[in-house]
Amino acid sequence: MASVVVRDYIIPANDFTIAGEASSNVRKILSQLGVAPDIVKRTSIAMYEAEINAVIHGNGGQAHVEIDENKIVITISDQGPGIEDLELAMQEGYSTAPDSIREMGFGAGMGLSNMKKNSDILDIKTAVNEGTTVNITVFFKK
Amino acid sequence: MKLSEIAQLVKAEICTKNYDPDIEIFSACSADLMSDVMAFSKSNALLLTGLINPQVIRTAEMMDIKAVIFVRGKKPLESMIEMAEEKGIVLLATDYPLFVASGKLYKNGIGGHGE
Repeated sequence: MASVVVRDYIIPANDFTIAGEASSNVRKILSQLGVAPDIVKRTSIAMYEAEINAVIHGNGGQAHVEIDENKIVITISDQGPGIEDLELAMQEGYSTAPDSIREMGFGAGMGLSNMKKNSDILDIKTAVNEGTTVNITVFFKK
Repeated sequence: MKLSEIAQLVKAEICTKNYDPDIEIFSACSADLMSDVMAFSKSNALLLTGLINPQVIRTAEMMDIKAVIFVRGKKPLESMIEMAEEKGIVLLATDYPLFVASGKLYKNGIGGHGE
């Protein structure tokens, strides 16, 4: 298999200052690899929303990223409270984020739908009191 | 419209050293919720917001937003200015509220998402 880039990141809990660092780093890698700007943007949005969710809801977590010549696969997992009703959570505007998070500019209830819109495959595995794992795949060519 | 004309229309103060008056802006988005900004997808965009925290700069980075105008007399933090300069995003600040600043730009030809 041709060149595969693998990266692992720790997503610290409740640290809004560095939230987004992992996504920013992946964005840089994709740009350096010459991936088309619209694909870089879609990937960045999907990963950033997942990263922010891990910070807000999941008590932090980790990100694992694999890039090959055709696609990027991002796995963001946390050991947080899990999502009780995933179908409801996918609805635009639905949010369980507290006001303190809304004051930080998040909790609009758009995170999961933004992830879905900007990924080619979105797979979410979640269990109450166990955590959530979000798998995002974006293909470089249509 | 050039960023210099936008700055003039909303009487904005320039907050970063990377100001380029010739940046072309075609559309804008006004919001305090960053996920709403990310649901918006036009290019060469400008963000108007009353939110002050580093995630505004991150959101602008992810969205390829070239410039951010902080409204209602709010000023970006030093850490935000540093981050924006590093990422090549111009920060401006105006005393106008969000609605008025947006209205002035819209009236002068800046479009938005959903038109």
